[in-house]
Amino acid sequence: MSSALAAAATAAIPSIPCDDDGPVFRAPWEAHAFAMALSLHERGVFTWPEWAAALADEIKRAQAAGDPDTGETYYLHWLATLEGLVARKGVASMETLHRYRNAWDHAADRTPHGKPIELRPEDFG
Amino acid sequence: MSQDHDHHHHDHDHSELSETELRVRALETILTEKGYVEPAALDAIIQAYETKIGPHNGARVVAKAWTDLAFKTALLQDGSKAIGTLGHVSRVGDHLVVVENTPERHNMVVCTLCSCYPWEMLGLPPVWYKAAPYRSRAVKDPRGVLADFGVALPKDTEIRVWDSTAETRFLVLPMRPAGTEGWSEEQLAELVTRDSMIGTGFPKTPGAPS
Repeated sequence: MSSALAAAATAAIPSIPCDDDGPVFRAPWEAHAFAMALSLHERGVFTWPEWAAALADEIKRAQAAGDPDTGETYYLHWLATLEGLVARKGVASMETLHRYRNAWDHAADRTPHGKPIELRPEDFG
Repeated sequence: MSQDHDHHHHDHDHSELSETELRVRALETILTEKGYVEPAALDAIIQAYETKIGPHNGARVVAKAWTDLAFKTALLQDGSKAIGTLGHVSRVGDHLVVVENTPERHNMVVCTLCSCYPWEMLGLPPVWYKAAPYRSRAVKDPRGVLADFGVALPKDTEIRVWDSTAETRFLVLPMRPAGTEGWSEEQLAELVTRDSMIGTGFPKTPGAPS
C-alpha cells in the first residue's frame, strides 16, 4: 500500500530524487520527512498540487538565500515545507515546533551514549 | 530555528542529534500526538525504503576486502582508518571495528537503536534489531537467535556476540561465498547483504535468486 502512495507522490512531485525503483534517500531522516508528507497527504491535510507549490516556493526562497541547489539539500527544503504547511494549516505553530525541538535536544543531552533517545515530560522543562 | 543552538557538545558521554534530526523528531512527535500520523504506518513506509537509504558503503567495503588482501589486513587492524582511505564521506568511520567470520568463528552484532547506528554502511536497521528481546536473547542464546534467522552453523563454530552500546561500532566481514573466483568487486558487492554484515545472515550465493 505504501508503494502505491509513494507512486502517487512521485508522479505528482517529479523532483523527488528517485532511482529505477522509486525514491532514494541520503539519510534516515529524509525517509522520515518523506513518510510524514505521505501520511499528511493521505489525511487530507494538503493536496499534491498544493504541496508542489509550497515546495517550489521554499526552494525558490532557499536559492535566493544562496542554496547551492545541488540536490543535497532537497529534503531540507522538503522539511521546511512540511513545517510551513503544518503551521499554516493550524496543525502546530512554529512556536510549538520549536518547543518540541528543544525538548528533543534536552532528551538527547541527558541520554547516555548508546541508549535509545526517548522524549519525557521533564524534557519540556 | 537553529540560531539559539550554540552549545554543541563534542564529548561522547551523551547522545547527540543534529539540528535537522531534532526538527524531524519534533514534527513527528507532534503529528503523532495529534493523530495525524500513525507510528506504525510511518514505520511501514520507511521500512519499504530500508534498502534505499544511505550510500551503503558496507557492501563495497566487504567486497574490496574479499579481493584485496592488503586492504583486508588494514581493515581488520583499524576499520576506521582503512575505510577512510577509500574516500567515503563517513562519520561512521569513527571507532569502527571490523570482525572477520571464519570457519571457526561466527560474529554477530547487537546494538540498541541509537544515534550512531552505522546506517551509512548498512542502510536502515531492521525492525527486529531495535527490539529489546533481540538484544537480550542474542547474548544469552546466540545460536537460537541465529536459527530463527535461518542461519545454521556447524556445532563446533564458535559464536561471538559484539555489543555496540559503547562507542565502538562493529561490522562483520562475512566469508566470501564459494564459486565466486574471478568475480569483480562490483559483482561481489551485490552478494553482500545487510544481515550478513550484522552477522544474522550469510551473503547471497552465486546464482541464487535475490
